[in-house]
Amino acid sequence: MAYSEKVIDHYQNPKNVGTLDKNQKNVGTGLVGAPECGDVMRLQIEVNADGMITDAKFKTFGCGSAIASSSLATEWLKGKSVDQALKIDNMDIVEELNLPPVKIHCSVLAEDAIKAAINDYRTKNGMEAIQFDESVVH
Amino acid sequence: MLKLPIYLDNNATTPMDPRVLETMTPFFLEHFGNAASRNHAFGWEAEGAVDMAREQVAKLIGADAKEIIFTSGATEADNLAIKGVFEMYASKGNHIITVTTEHKAVLDTCKHLEKLGAEITYLSVNSEGLIDLQELEAAMKPTTILVAVMYANNETGTIQPVKEISAIAKKHGALFFTDATQAVGKIPVNVLQDGIDIMAFSAHKMYGPKGIGALYVRRKNPRVKVTAQIDGGGHERGMRSGTLNVPGIVGFGKACELCRLEMEEEIKRISKLRDKLETELLKLEEAYVNGSRQQRLPHVSNISFKYVEGEGLMMGFNKNIALSSGSACTSASLEPSYVLKALGLGDDLAHSSLRFGLGRFTTEEQIDYTIKAISDTVLKLREMSPLWEMYKEGIDLNTIEWAHH
Repeated sequence: MAYSEKVIDHYQNPKNVGTLDKNQKNVGTGLVGAPECGDVMRLQIEVNADGMITDAKFKTFGCGSAIASSSLATEWLKGKSVDQALKIDNMDIVEELNLPPVKIHCSVLAEDAIKAAINDYRTKNGMEAIQFDESVVH
Repeated sequence: MLKLPIYLDNNATTPMDPRVLETMTPFFLEHFGNAASRNHAFGWEAEGAVDMAREQVAKLIGADAKEIIFTSGATEADNLAIKGVFEMYASKGNHIITVTTEHKAVLDTCKHLEKLGAEITYLSVNSEGLIDLQELEAAMKPTTILVAVMYANNETGTIQPVKEISAIAKKHGALFFTDATQAVGKIPVNVLQDGIDIMAFSAHKMYGPKGIGALYVRRKNPRVKVTAQIDGGGHERGMRSGTLNVPGIVGFGKACELCRLEMEEEIKRISKLRDKLETELLKLEEAYVNGSRQQRLPHVSNISFKYVEGEGLMMGFNKNIALSSGSACTSASLEPSYVLKALGLGDDLAHSSLRFGLGRFTTEEQIDYTIKAISDTVLKLREMSPLWEMYKEGIDLNTIEWAHH
């Protein structure tokens, strides 16, 4: 399968690889996937007092599309409010990276990681976790 | 100058040796006759060339030329052997023994026969990919007509103890079939010494053309018969009808001859390169060879690089190096290699594996390049891997509750 230019670029020059201190109250961590499924994605957000995402980091075990999806997700997260971040849809990632149908799974994983990170941040700060509908494509 | 890309997927297919192509060309152009045309010179030429090729193929495996049935490849030969024996020996029994790590051409054929009333025993393998001979012996029944065990595995290169297996099959009155597609031409395979009754192999795995393979069918002690799966003109002693692929057969013959003459030297050269590749790559932390390292084909190495995923890993160099991964991240099921799983590898390690298949045209320069490219990519991806980070922090990954997708 040929990868799109954007997937290759994110793979070769991934943005925001790294680790934020998960013990900080203003950091939300989302860890999704499983080693036996061949992909594990960890997305982290740092949120300021105004509810704006000031930093985002990722680490991903997976194929090129999974790495690209998480790299793109961190780029999109930075500068957004938490509420805006919740609106990132996996199909936006598919479109932006031109992912083939067999790789849609990777974008779903990224969306789930965003949601998991936001919920982690919310619960840490005394807010209720948001109940999300089960993503359709897995 | 090193020419890129480098081909290290010789278990999938091999490039054709130019010497093979050279022998084939006239049989497309001048000597295009049908080998079954018995009444003119074009037919005689073709028939003569096929006879010579049949000798060359037979000689490589220590068989008689009359025992070679040409097919379209090993998949067809596997089908003909297993289905053909099942039909021919139905009055004796319906039990077939095979192994979970066989090629799909064998496993799917067995599954098909199960629907037709066959009883199939699937033997498991140990962590090195080898079957347990006692388990085989215990599985034998009076109704067992066939033991089907591959000579060498296509993913790990693990070589089964074929002599011992054939002896057990013989003792219990069953036939022994082996899919030797990866082994023939690479290591000495002798049907008499190994006690093989039926054997499938293919030209395109030994620097010959695609679309031609063979089934060895023993004619003496015992005389083996298989029921034809393709009916028609009664070619190939009635076991496989269809106009002979004369250029393909000629090329197959030449490929076999070259393998026979050059095998000894080639084993030395290629195993040295493979060992260099393996030694250097195993210097990376948490890298493991899959399958037996002793009983193995000289040109194959299957390595898991823990905490990086095979497809992601390949993307780091697949523009320049062609090889295969045990990961199946592109499939809807995300299922990793069933062969590696049968060896007892966890799904995570199976997802992290690469299969190296070196070949006749692999050079030391290519191996040096490969070592560097893979090492660099593994290190880079581990920096990006949450699993590697957890491992480095001493976190037991088994204690984590993973969100399964």
